[in-house]
Amino acid sequence: MEFISQAWHWSISGLGIVLVMFILIYSGERFGISSSFRVMCSAISGRKAGSYFDYDWKQQSWMFLFIIGAILGGYISTTLLADPNPVAISQNTIADLGQIGIEAPSNGLLPDSIFNFDFLMSLKGFILLVGGGFMIGFGTRWAGGCTSGHAISGLSNLQLPSLVAVIGFFIGGLTTTFLLLPLILSL
Amino acid sequence: MKSRILIILAGIIFGIVMTKSEAVSWFRIQEMFRFQSFHMYGIIGVASVVGAVMFFLMKKYKFKNIDGEVVKFAEKPKTYIASIGGGILFGLGWAMTGACPGPLYVLIGNGYLVILVVILAALFGTLTYGRLKSKLPH
Repeated sequence: MEFISQAWHWSISGLGIVLVMFILIYSGERFGISSSFRVMCSAISGRKAGSYFDYDWKQQSWMFLFIIGAILGGYISTTLLADPNPVAISQNTIADLGQIGIEAPSNGLLPDSIFNFDFLMSLKGFILLVGGGFMIGFGTRWAGGCTSGHAISGLSNLQLPSLVAVIGFFIGGLTTTFLLLPLILSL
Repeated sequence: MKSRILIILAGIIFGIVMTKSEAVSWFRIQEMFRFQSFHMYGIIGVASVVGAVMFFLMKKYKFKNIDGEVVKFAEKPKTYIASIGGGILFGLGWAMTGACPGPLYVLIGNGYLVILVVILAALFGTLTYGRLKSKLPH
């Protein structure tokens, strides 16, 4: 049991994602999660929200099942398969994060100082969580995919637009990490 | 019906794999963007390389899905400005929240309810994109 509950090796995880892709393809679907935002917007507001949302979203309603499964899987992993050890990131990362005032991992997958409702209500928290979420929704739809649709499915299918998108992901991610994050946290 | 059970199963496996490999962790995403560990590159690398082999074999042997249809692999539209512009925007948000869309859902199951607000913000971002789509370069 300990083998299962401790943190898994990256190769196991990579193969696990391929298994997920296989099951979805066999079921007649494909691996691309950010489309779910469009499905939800269409399901909630339909054509009122504009022509981008006026399409047959029910064709993609399988995504709701996948999301329910993903939530369940997350729940199982932090209850039945819970790992008591802190996330084992590199000492260099711990030191770098300490410089911008983020605590080292202790119990949990995320830093408690950021992911709570009090922090959300602060200016920094609002920028990071609401601003970050907004850019995820806007950016993935503009780019036509996220990590699953572009970095994994798209690269697996040797798609040049996906490689371009992944380069974009890193330009954005590095800008936040080295420029914006220290700036926002010092507000 | 059978495919619905399979899709839920795929979701459960995804949630477990992403949590147990800590790919849903904000700390791991920071470590990745600081190039201080191979962990996340290993996950994405194995998934896309083994995935490429799987796609190649599926194409070669005309793999059929549960409905007996030969699987088609859609080409991504060659909208490079959208790829880079949207990619950068998504990357900015990814490093702030430490989660891409899949992990956002998984983290709800992990008990982080504040993530619901991040998802709402993402839906608002999607709505805004839909409004502005015709004015944006693609």
